[in-house]
Amino acid sequence: MEGFALLLAATFNAGTVLAIAALGLLINERAGIVNLGAEGLMLVAAIAGFATAATTGNDWLAFAAGAGAGALLAALFGILVIWLNTNQYATGLALSLFGTGFSAFVGIKYTQAKLSERPHFEIPGLADIPFIGPAMFRQHPMVYLAVLLTIALAWFLYRSRAGLVLRAVGESPESAHALGYPVRRIRLLAVMVGGALCGVAGAYISVIYTPLWVEGMIAGKGWIALALTTFATWRPARVLLGAYLFGGVTMLQFHLQGEGVQVPSQFLTMLPYLATIVVLVLISRNANFIKVNMPASIGKPFFPGS
Amino acid sequence: MLKLETRPQASRVMAIASPLLALAITVVIGTILFVILGKDPLRGLYIFFVEPAKSLYALSELAMKATPLLLIALGLSVCFRSNVWNIGAEGQFIIGAIFASGVAMQAGPSTGRWIVIFVLLAGVLGGMLWAGIVALLRDRFNASEILVSLMLVYVADMVLSYLVYGPWKDPAGYNFPQTITFLKSTQVPRLFDGSRVNVGLPLALVLVAVFWVLLFRTYAGFQLQVGGLAPAAARYAGFSSRKALWTALLLSGGMAGLAGALEAAGPLGQLTPHVPAGYGFAAIIVAFVGRLHPVGAIFAAVLMSMFYIGGELAQSRLGLPKSLTGVFQGLLLFTLLACDTLIHYRVRWKGTPHAARPTPAAVSASTATTAVTTGKGA
Repeated sequence: MEGFALLLAATFNAGTVLAIAALGLLINERAGIVNLGAEGLMLVAAIAGFATAATTGNDWLAFAAGAGAGALLAALFGILVIWLNTNQYATGLALSLFGTGFSAFVGIKYTQAKLSERPHFEIPGLADIPFIGPAMFRQHPMVYLAVLLTIALAWFLYRSRAGLVLRAVGESPESAHALGYPVRRIRLLAVMVGGALCGVAGAYISVIYTPLWVEGMIAGKGWIALALTTFATWRPARVLLGAYLFGGVTMLQFHLQGEGVQVPSQFLTMLPYLATIVVLVLISRNANFIKVNMPASIGKPFFPGS
Repeated sequence: MLKLETRPQASRVMAIASPLLALAITVVIGTILFVILGKDPLRGLYIFFVEPAKSLYALSELAMKATPLLLIALGLSVCFRSNVWNIGAEGQFIIGAIFASGVAMQAGPSTGRWIVIFVLLAGVLGGMLWAGIVALLRDRFNASEILVSLMLVYVADMVLSYLVYGPWKDPAGYNFPQTITFLKSTQVPRLFDGSRVNVGLPLALVLVAVFWVLLFRTYAGFQLQVGGLAPAAARYAGFSSRKALWTALLLSGGMAGLAGALEAAGPLGQLTPHVPAGYGFAAIIVAFVGRLHPVGAIFAAVLMSMFYIGGELAQSRLGLPKSLTGVFQGLLLFTLLACDTLIHYRVRWKGTPHAARPTPAAVSASTATTAVTTGKGA
């Protein structure tokens, strides 16, 4: 029982990383922009966060550094795809390739670095409830913030005027432009907010989740987060659920390894990637279902006056 | 204020000039980077652009690294032209190397040189198989080829790791994760003594011609390109998008697999966890820098190979991390995409909107004139 509670706790922790990144990408995609650079962006944010935590000792500053690095790279990507009309897929790939190289380059000094004693958190009272306490109430505050973020984003998209404008920009940039909304600036803002959230997720990985810096340590989580937005058919609550599901798959792999299951570890490490493919296949096979929910202008450039 | 204005026709000059401009900008940024790092920028540039081509031996190393990049980029050029986003060539490369090794390890002392052909064919088959999964899932289930092909890179990496740590581990290898060293008879023949260039290079050059003919002189190539440029027009003309998807993925997978086979049975001579060297990702950049054109890919592959060798030299000579290669490769693609904007748009200087804003009277007057002029024009 105790073991299962810890597995649940680890699942929430792993899911949080994916949830924050995927919610950020959801904001991008709701505005009509696909950022395939998530992986590279998270890597740069991870080293920015780790370096900040290692030098200042303050984790929250590290998250801020990650968010800043993410927003900055996303802005670069945004300017290229929104103002220079470059291909979104190619530009995102460029960002991923650049981020992988750049993070490895600047991170080389930090490969041996260790962070100070990692803090433990628990919510007084609740943390002592048997089973539920260790499973849910001894988490890093970011785990709860991810839940709040999901609720806030759902409210923003479906209940606020600004959210309506954002969705309008993603569904039909021409109409939004005709109504007088600054489509390109809104898209850039969405891309930067999405990049900042991916950055927070990247920093969380290197500062809390792992916590250390290794070259290429995001290990495909940026790509899995991209798949999650499709899996969730662009709904915030489903993103969170999907993220926990994938967190569970990731953790199951370590759990099974720990239990000494007679399967080569490589096959267990494959699980999250195989699960991503399976999930994509299951959700995408109904093309109409995807189309109904997908922001209509996703991936397409918008050039006013053309 | 700078404004982009759509060109009436795509500029052919810019299509060629853009990669050169991008390279120039990358060099400038690189120079600044060397200065920031406290290294002599001239020495840095020398290491990246002169040293890799200085001697016959250096040139042969340059060609050796350019070969897999060129092979993979040829396939990817077809893919990207038909708007199929296969970004998992790295995985197809790994599976190609595994399949080739599987055949190479069957060789006995009496096996003839003919086995090399089967080693290479097995590589092609492996790459096609891995890319075929992507095509199948896209075709049957509409799953994004971008994400599936990329996820399969991680899976391929784990398959390789399983084999070299498990069933294929050399029993006499002091427990190192590697297979046996393949027998001489399975080795891809070298072109000259004393250099590592093998028949992969002339093979790649022949394939450049084959791909050129395929893309620009066959009906199938025409169909692929129309499908990429104007899917609606292709549908109207009755070109099958499914056929294009399968063709593009199997071709690019096969090419990546061939590159993997040439690598495993060539310079490596065995399978280790270090088989994936990032060629599959770098080849994406090669394809774009080469303008998705088979001949362009030759130049781009040589350039990217220079970045690889330059990175290694920068590590040994300047004490800089090898990952500098990745930084420059990424930068080059970034600047290239930005410069490519100039193919379809030109930059115009327009007065600030503040000064240019006309008075209401002028607006109605100018609308009136426009109406008149357009009226006349019509």
